Parts: sequence; C-alpha cells; structure tokens
Amino acid sequence: MATTIVNPENLVYSRPKGLTDMPSHYCPGCTHGTAHRLVAEVLEEMNLLDKAIGIAPVGCSVFAYNYINTDFVQAAHGRAPAMATGIKRVLPDRVVFTYQGDGDLVSIGMAETVHAAARGENITIIFINNAIYGMTGGQMAPTTMPGMKTSSSVNGRDVETQGYPIRMAELLATLDGAGYVVRRSLHDPASIRKAKKAIRIAFETQVHGLGFSIVELLSTCNTGWGLTPVDSLSWLEEHMIPVFPVGDYKVSPEVAALKI
Amino acid sequence: MKRELWKGNEAIAEAAVRAGVEAYFGYPITPQSELLEYMSRRLPELGRAFVQAESEPAVINMVYGAACTGARVMTSSSSPGISLMQEGLSYIAGTEVPMVLVNVMRGGPGLGNIAPSQGDYSQITKGGGHGDYFPIVLAPASIQETVDLMPVAFDLAHKYRSICCILIDGSIGQMMEPVKMPDMMPVERKVYDWAVSGAIGRERHVLSSIYLDVPTEEKINLRILGRWKEVQENEIRYREYYLEDAETAIIGFGTAGRIALSAVRAARAMGIKVGLFRPISVNPFPYKRVEELSERVKSLLVVEMNAGQMLRDVQTAVRQRIPIRFYGRLGGVMPFPDEFVNELQDLLKNPGKPEDDPVDLWYRRMMAR
Repeated sequence: MATTIVNPENLVYSRPKGLTDMPSHYCPGCTHGTAHRLVAEVLEEMNLLDKAIGIAPVGCSVFAYNYINTDFVQAAHGRAPAMATGIKRVLPDRVVFTYQGDGDLVSIGMAETVHAAARGENITIIFINNAIYGMTGGQMAPTTMPGMKTSSSVNGRDVETQGYPIRMAELLATLDGAGYVVRRSLHDPASIRKAKKAIRIAFETQVHGLGFSIVELLSTCNTGWGLTPVDSLSWLEEHMIPVFPVGDYKVSPEVAALKI
Repeated sequence: MKRELWKGNEAIAEAAVRAGVEAYFGYPITPQSELLEYMSRRLPELGRAFVQAESEPAVINMVYGAACTGARVMTSSSSPGISLMQEGLSYIAGTEVPMVLVNVMRGGPGLGNIAPSQGDYSQITKGGGHGDYFPIVLAPASIQETVDLMPVAFDLAHKYRSICCILIDGSIGQMMEPVKMPDMMPVERKVYDWAVSGAIGRERHVLSSIYLDVPTEEKINLRILGRWKEVQENEIRYREYYLEDAETAIIGFGTAGRIALSAVRAARAMGIKVGLFRPISVNPFPYKRVEELSERVKSLLVVEMNAGQMLRDVQTAVRQRIPIRFYGRLGGVMPFPDEFVNELQDLLKNPGKPEDDPVDLWYRRMMAR
C-alpha cells in the first residue's frame, strides 16, 4: 500500500504541471533535465501550457516531447525553426518554441536559425550549447572549443584544419529581426535562476509580438566530456564561459520596456 | 464564369487560393517562379500565410509544420528544388500529415535546364525520400485540367493524410490558355483529432515520425500501406480517347499525352485505328485498366519526355502480353506529333515481339539518327 510520506505544508519542491511524469532518459548529471524544468515552469507560470506548441530537434533532446507537457511536433535535424515558422504563421495566437542542441542549431540548422531570426519570426528558441554532439557519441560540434578533445577530434580541435567555434548569440544579435538574444549558463543555482528569468523574458517577447527570441544555455555533457557530473559543472565554468561569455547580446528597446 | 486567358503557374496559384489554401511556402526556381510571385501578392491580401523561405529544405519543413496543424498547405517547385525537399517529404509521409506539392518539371539530371521534361516521374511515384511511403500523384495535361485538379488534390491529401503531388512540366507552367476558374471556396479551419493546435480543453497531441520501438514502426508502416491500398482502390483517374475500335493505342501522361492526342487525330485521318490512354493518377497507376486495354489492342506505343519511367508501370500491367514500343525525348526536348505518328507507322509495320526490350530498341533508334 502506498504511504504518503510528504507532508503537504512542508512541500517545497515538486514536479511542475509543465512536466510529464515520464522517467528521464538523459544521462545522470546532464543539464537537459534542468533546462526542461525551467521551460516547463515558465510555461506554467505564464499559463501557456495549453497554448504552446513545442518543436523537438534531432539529438539527445529528440524526446523533449516526452517530458514537456504541451502539444509537440518533432522536426528533422536542424529544421525546427522552419517547422516553427510554418506552425506560427498558421496559428499566430499560439506560443511556438523550439528546443535545440548545438549540432542541430549551429551546424545543420544554421540557415534555418539565421533566417528565422532575420525574418523576425515570432518564435522562441531554447538553445542547448554543450560544445559536443551528445546523442551520436561525443563528436566535434561547431561549438567545440579550440583544443577540446572529442571522439572526432581526438588530439583536440585543431583550428588550423578544423576551424573555430561559432558564437551563436553574438552572431544572431546582429540581425534586426531578433528581439531578445541572450546567453546564460546552467552550472550553478544562481546561474540557473538567471537562466529561468531569461526564458521567461524570451516567451514574453513572443507573447508581446516583439520578434525572434533565443536563450542560449551553456550546458554539460558529462558522458561525452568523460567527466563526473560535478566536475562537468566546474569544467563548464572554467572552460566554456571564457569562450562563450554569459550576457545579453540583443535586448530590443521594446523588450527592455516589458514589465515582468 | 467566363473563360479567361491565364498563364499556367498563375492559374494554378489562383486555383489553389480558390480551393482554400491557407498557407504557401516557396523558393524561386524556373520554370515555376510565377506561382510563388502570384502567391506573394494574393495570400497576404486575403490574410493567409505566405513565406518566401531561404531554401527548399526550409520550405518543406515550413510546410511540414503548417501541415501538422491540419491547415490546407502547399508548396511548388521544379525538379532540383523537389530533390532538395525529399528529406522533408519523407518526414511528412512518416508523420502522416497532408500537403499538396506542385512539381513543374524541367530538364535534368543535375542543374539541367529550364525546358519542359517528365524526368521526375520515378522520383515521386516510386520514392525519392527514404523509407516506404506512397504519395498520390496527379498528372494533368492542360492548364484547365490542372486548375480543376487543385481542389481534388487538397481533398485527397486530407482524406488520406497524404502527400498529393500535381506533376506537370514547364510547358504547362509557362504557357497561356483559356481557363474557366472555379468559384472561391471559403476557408474552413477544421479541428482534427490528430493535429497540433495547443492542448486547449483536450489531451496534448504529439506528431512525430520517430518510432524507436521496431514492432511499432512496422505497424505504422502497415498503416501507411493500408491507407495506400484504399487510395489504389478508390482514386484511379485516367482519360481515354478513340479507343472503342482501336487496334493499337498510345499511352502517355501529361504533356506527352496531350501531344499524343494530336498524333492520334493525325493518324486517324490517315486511316490508322489508334486510340489514346492518358493516365491522370500516375500514382496510383491505372494498372488494371491498362491490362484490360492490352487484351483489346494488338500493340502499344508508350510516349514520354524521359527515358521510359512510366513505361515500367505499363510493362507491369501488360506482362508481355503484346508488343510495346517506346518513344521518349530527353533533357527538355519536346516531341512533335509527327514523331509519334512516324513511330506508330513503324510499329504497325514491324510490331516486334512482346518480350523485346522497348528501351533498348528505342535507344538504338536514337543513336542511329
């Protein structure tokens, strides 16, 4: 017989309505779970769970639709912003968001991402940057840092032959159609709280029709990096933040004026 | 409604508008760009969705997204652009959402040229994208027939949650003909129990083409096949001309079929008892009707603007019962009716054997010119 061991008045933490009760398939220690939860909390707080349509990518978060409790579609690799465009243009009063990793968004989906931003497409992108292809086994990504070892750059990314990482937030911030472009990190509680606030502003940007919004979230891939979950968090702070500085890259005056 | 002079690409766009298209996504490519240009003017004034995308892969994924809402959605392109869309078409088929695709075919392979061709028949009727799926493909032979098929295409796409392709060539896209436009149909957004629209007052919907559980994927494949069997049962379309007393027959689709009608009339004037069979649904192909035809005539001439792509379907139906001759023009060359009449006369003189390889014999004749 099930026994309730939780005393409701002492409950300080529970599953938000925006998350299903599906057990997670993500590796223990991975920050996808944190990012999912932030999106779910924001959608619930903004009362958008029945108005939102999510687009899952190809990559580890291909199954985002199993966890985030809204209508969902699942895109081809890199094409989520195009799919989001198709949905948003037909259903402009719905809230449409994609959730994409760096291989999906920066590599194969670069064109779709840049052009969705350039059109000022009124969608929100949650962009998980962990500097690696996680799902396929830790290959070099367009965000892999110089010297970083991956399964397809075993001696470390050699910039002479393999080039340099792409800073997506900085790139998208140059586009007039973008309303809100920021980078946050998920490596400690203070950063996570700031990430949640940014996700909130991104969805507010869309709800108010203020153009393209994207939150880049620096994330860990402890399995792909070959580190423990705890070591991954400090590795992110020490190695990723210097290359991918956390900050606000574009906040249009209209978005800045939003009172939240 | 009176008849008006319309350019093919523009007439198709207006016919789609009147059939209630809610969203169009496209990318410029000759010889279909007027369709995109027309939509860019027409849809915004009606408050409907239009996006000129950054590429054909983006186009087809915008279509995919819009199709997931249950809207009437379409795109158009020409051969190289259709090749770029194949990944998205496979996803759309795997997710079982409806869309209309117009392919205004041009000469290929590769960049090819911008002249009329029928070289994409096998690509769309036999596959193109990965996996087992079956687009409905309609091949009209005039602007009027294309206009009349636009509402049919949307209805079929939604009825069977399928891709419906209008397969025409650059000549139909570019020429002008008198057209009787249908009346404007109201746009009605229906609520489908499968579509995504926000989970207001219902359980959430998830649309996907991923089924990691292998037996489930097999079941989905069988469901797609089952729906295709219904299409095969119910949606065969063709036109027959002068076949009542015919001793031989020409088979051709689209523009080749239309040129063949001129050839048949010329041959009739010469006393040759020939008729024309023109498949309109090339997928599903009217196998049974062609089989019946092959029991009534002594020989067949198959004409195409490709190297014998539909010929394979004719051969499947005929099963070497009678001799088949093939005549094709390639790379954007349009045949004249005289060429078909000459082939017909030659066929009557020397019908050959049912087991002859029509492509091999045609290739030799082409090389001996």
